[in-house]
Amino acid sequence: MKTKAIVISGNGTNCEMEMAYACELGGFDQVDIVHISELLYGEKKLNDYHFLNLPGGFLDGDDLGSAKANANRIKHAVINNTGELLFDHFLQFIQQGGLILGVCNGFQLMVKLGLLPGFDQEYTVQRATLTFNDSGRFEDRWVYLKINEASPCVFTRGIEKIYLPVRHGEGKFVVENEGVLKKLHSHAQIVMRYTRTDYKEATGDYPFNPNGSVDAIAGVCDESGRMFGMMPHPEGYLHYSNHPRWTRERLPEEGAGVSIFRNAARYVRHTLL
Amino acid sequence: MVHRIEVGFKPSVRDAWGEKVKGKMWDDFHCRVDRVQRIDVYTLDMVLSFDELKRIAEGPFVDPIIQHYAIDKPLARDFDWIIEIGFRPGVTDNVGRTSREALALVLGKTPQDEEKVYTSKQCIIQGDLSRKEVETISTGLLANELIERFTIVHKSEWDPSRGIDIPVPRVKENNLSGEVAEVDLNVTDEELMEISQKGVLALNLNEMKALQNYIRDETVTNKRREVGLGERLTDVEIEALAQTWSEHCKHKIFNGIIHYQDEEGTERVIESLFDTFIRASTEKIRADLPEDWCLSVFVDNAGVIAFNRDYSLVFKVETHNSPSALDPYGGALTGIVGVNRDPFGTGKGSKLIFNTDVFCFASPFYSDPLPPRLLHPKRIYEGVREGVEHGGNKSGIPTVNGSIVFDDRFLGKPLVYCGTGGIMPRMLGGKPSHTKNISPGDFIVMTGGRIGKDGIHGATFSSEELHEDSPATAVQIGDPITQKRMTDFLLHARDAHLYDCITDNGAGGLSSSVGEMAEKSGGCELHLEKAPLKYTGLKPWEILLSEAQERMTLAVSPQKINAFLALAEKMNVEATVLGTFTDSGMFHVLYDGRTVACLDMTFFHQGVPPLTMEARWKVPQHEEPHFDSPRDLTPSLQKMLARLNICSKESVIRQYDHEVQGGSVVKPLVGVCDDGPSDAAVIRPLLESMEGVVVSHGICPRYGDIDTYHMMACAIDEALRNYCAVGGNPNHVAGIDNFCWCDPIASDKNPDGEYKLAQLVRANMALYDYTTCFAVPCISGKDSMKNDYRIGDKKISIPPTVLFSVMGKVDDIRKAVTMDVKQPGDVIYMLGTTYDQLGGSEYYASLGWVGNGVPTVDGPRAKGLYQALNRAMNLELVASCHDCSDGGLGVALAESAFAGGLGVAVDLRKVPAEGIARDDTLFYSESASRFIVTVSPSNKEAFHDTMKGHTIAEIGSVVADSTFTVVGLQGTAVVKADSNELRDVWKRTLAF
Repeated sequence: MKTKAIVISGNGTNCEMEMAYACELGGFDQVDIVHISELLYGEKKLNDYHFLNLPGGFLDGDDLGSAKANANRIKHAVINNTGELLFDHFLQFIQQGGLILGVCNGFQLMVKLGLLPGFDQEYTVQRATLTFNDSGRFEDRWVYLKINEASPCVFTRGIEKIYLPVRHGEGKFVVENEGVLKKLHSHAQIVMRYTRTDYKEATGDYPFNPNGSVDAIAGVCDESGRMFGMMPHPEGYLHYSNHPRWTRERLPEEGAGVSIFRNAARYVRHTLL
Repeated sequence: MVHRIEVGFKPSVRDAWGEKVKGKMWDDFHCRVDRVQRIDVYTLDMVLSFDELKRIAEGPFVDPIIQHYAIDKPLARDFDWIIEIGFRPGVTDNVGRTSREALALVLGKTPQDEEKVYTSKQCIIQGDLSRKEVETISTGLLANELIERFTIVHKSEWDPSRGIDIPVPRVKENNLSGEVAEVDLNVTDEELMEISQKGVLALNLNEMKALQNYIRDETVTNKRREVGLGERLTDVEIEALAQTWSEHCKHKIFNGIIHYQDEEGTERVIESLFDTFIRASTEKIRADLPEDWCLSVFVDNAGVIAFNRDYSLVFKVETHNSPSALDPYGGALTGIVGVNRDPFGTGKGSKLIFNTDVFCFASPFYSDPLPPRLLHPKRIYEGVREGVEHGGNKSGIPTVNGSIVFDDRFLGKPLVYCGTGGIMPRMLGGKPSHTKNISPGDFIVMTGGRIGKDGIHGATFSSEELHEDSPATAVQIGDPITQKRMTDFLLHARDAHLYDCITDNGAGGLSSSVGEMAEKSGGCELHLEKAPLKYTGLKPWEILLSEAQERMTLAVSPQKINAFLALAEKMNVEATVLGTFTDSGMFHVLYDGRTVACLDMTFFHQGVPPLTMEARWKVPQHEEPHFDSPRDLTPSLQKMLARLNICSKESVIRQYDHEVQGGSVVKPLVGVCDDGPSDAAVIRPLLESMEGVVVSHGICPRYGDIDTYHMMACAIDEALRNYCAVGGNPNHVAGIDNFCWCDPIASDKNPDGEYKLAQLVRANMALYDYTTCFAVPCISGKDSMKNDYRIGDKKISIPPTVLFSVMGKVDDIRKAVTMDVKQPGDVIYMLGTTYDQLGGSEYYASLGWVGNGVPTVDGPRAKGLYQALNRAMNLELVASCHDCSDGGLGVALAESAFAGGLGVAVDLRKVPAEGIARDDTLFYSESASRFIVTVSPSNKEAFHDTMKGHTIAEIGSVVADSTFTVVGLQGTAVVKADSNELRDVWKRTLAF
């Protein structure tokens, strides 16, 4: 049986190509970039896949706040001639044990849909948000990330630290209340945090923490570790030549971002096939 | 019924926008306030129940974690002032459009056409300001009155139960739909000119008379009667002709006849600058190429060259100067999404892979009183930056290369150059992708956005100087998401071979796109009433001429039309059949079945009479600078690094996504701290391949104050130098020329027109000489000829400016080189000879001089050097390479050192030079075709071998600490600095 990944595109996504390529490098047997209209026309079905990618971009221009209008679309859009809600297909996909990775705008979408943090497998209630960077500006820069090895996240297994680009104007992670933050910590759902160049302590200092995220949170997963969202772009570092200092440093051929996708492929092969 | 939903941040949440605005109020207006907050207002012009409003608010409009809201009552409290800013009627409101789509999903029903959502924002101020100050902030910072209106309310005027009464910006309906006026051209010459001026037609008397003669021709009028027209041209025809014949579209100056007289009085008649210098050079280069890799030049929206056997590259650079002067944000945004449609509308359409942008502004610290109607340069700087940010980032196209040039003569008009590259498979559906085909009977299909009054007269407006009555409708705001949806759809349609020809709707709208496409089939029949409109009340000529954005026009065959329209519907993109292409020989336009325009295609496209112009060259004499070379160059180096044209542009660059699409190789910022200024960009458009695309540019308007011939030569050299500095292959690189000039046609108002035209001629001569020498063919280009400001007695003309952009190839990106020094102990080489050429330099400018000794380019020598350097890079002998341009050797050396986080020790006595006895001249001369290169000691010998026969010299070495030492011609240190401190100085100027 084949391991299958789907990358959803349309309405302003713009990282679908490299995300699909990352899935291929990670070892998925079949990778399809699927326009959301193909899901709404019932031509493609989420259930046929194991790994759902929500790529970065500017869904609906982030006009109502990042990913907000698209969260609304996914919640209300109906699959043609069936009366079924697209969102129900998302929930079924999760129930069947599939993996979801949201990067940047995809992470914002997952949080605003309520897929993350998804306490107690309740995937429809928003408990946190991603909002405007403290700097008030969009920025493209690379960040140092420390991975929480106690986290259940299946995507980061075996990774201690990773260096990746962020490219966003709304990446500041904010929680509904202290209780949510506590729970995130106690369930080890905080997968990655911004640090200084030594990858040690989580930091609130700009520009290492590029957006002012609470507790330097850069990525979170649900309690199962199968739903994962992150602001940095793993698909932005697939080859050493993506590294900002590749002409100065000796680096392995493969970019560090591939490991996230390889973990996903490995999990699918071992658990879902 | 009108409802308002107001959304604001909860009091505990940090309002980054408010803080930014608060900062600017202090920085730019010296108004200190305690707090600024933002409230977003959605005005819903439709009947809704409270329950529906609540569902809309709590659904897409409000983020419950950080925001709260109020329905039909105000949210603001505890303030001194409120400023509410909203769009004027008819201005593109992207958030309003998204809101309307979102609420339709929530309610499960589509609103009626006239049921709209309008957005506005409130700026809530706590602080002790006078009304005058609040007004200044409103007009100077928050609102652009051309496209926005604002309302100011003081707390004493506030009725918390009612809030603010704001008019709903509905476009006023009128009953003029379908109305066509006729214009009698059987009038005196004076009256002809009055018709031209009143109608913003921008046609001269000769051109007006050409129209008059056309309509007087009996065979013409007889034919017209058959379709129900008479001896008068309709407004639809006049407007279409004026647009097609505009300077913007027809390039009348570049195609006219010029009598050029040089400094010795020798005369030369030039039939067409474009044919003589630009087209001719490309033809010569192509004929001499061993294998012609140019695929499509000058005939399409953008130029096309081969990338490899399977793919081709497409590139175009445009300017959007006049709109950016009036509305920097909208103008620049439209500039970038507009130029995106050029490569997208080239051949059968290409996928867009990079953006470039180059701006020319007056100093953001300009402090003299501003002439009327001009915006402060800092506002233009920030607005343009934001427009390009939104246009590029939201379209998912990396902004990989650019620069900002400062000169206070750009106060009258900023220059905003936007470029876009694309890639496409060389064959599509069995046909070369760079070709277009149309058969009579194919449908005319418009897709993307709808038509409004936006941008009407854009083409004619940009063919004029900026004056008192410059029309506000000439400004538009782009909508990257509507365009992204459309391009997603069209790439699907392209790959399914559902259309045969595509072009964009830019200047001149349908008139231009359909008019140009109809040349391929030999005519068209266009039904304007079928065009989807944003609102009713447009006259036929307005529909035809509207420059509303995000639209492409296609030719779709009858066999494919159903599949095409079905795919559009599925992908939620509007596509409408507007008529058919024919072979009737006529540009035939109808409205509700009635002919409103019927023009002979030949007259329409070729009827414009050529301009005849005079050009007279005179060598300008500037006072020769006289001052002593300073003993210590350290202070001048610091001063140079802080100069606007040299300092770091990181604050701008970081706000552009330069990595999306995953192929970033050489980024705009490189080095140990990711802050060194890259010479050029390298990207990998095909992620599975190691072949790369290299993009760079050259621009040096200061040299034009001495001689535009050398300005052009230096711009071409600079572009190539930058290109070669990162490893670009000098045998596979194409150029794009973008001329921005001040009015070169002599008249009473423009007494030095002949000189400016001579400057234009000389730049073109250099273009021919140097592109042929370097074998860099121009594949596309553009000119913008009326970059002047004139209101009352005040006239400001830009300095003649050419942007020369290049795009080419690097065979293996793993061999690309960056500009930062790498290792202590590496040998520093100077490549190329330094001459006493400080004329027009940054150094002279820093001291208030222009001088006369402008840099000149020795083409054959430079070409040999670039080839040798490329061989050295292919052998991986070069550790770092940085071109010497603004600020010469001194600045390049400092940049390379601090980008590498190391120091250098250099001896000026070793620098290859001719005729230089002064340290400052040697250090800051801007002689062309030079590089600073570092080489590992182990590669020294091989490097020497490879560079044999070319001017290179070992001038020092990289040192482990950050000391920056330069020994002068007398053998004593002339610079002792710390490279980290130099970096700090360099980064400070524009760090806002």
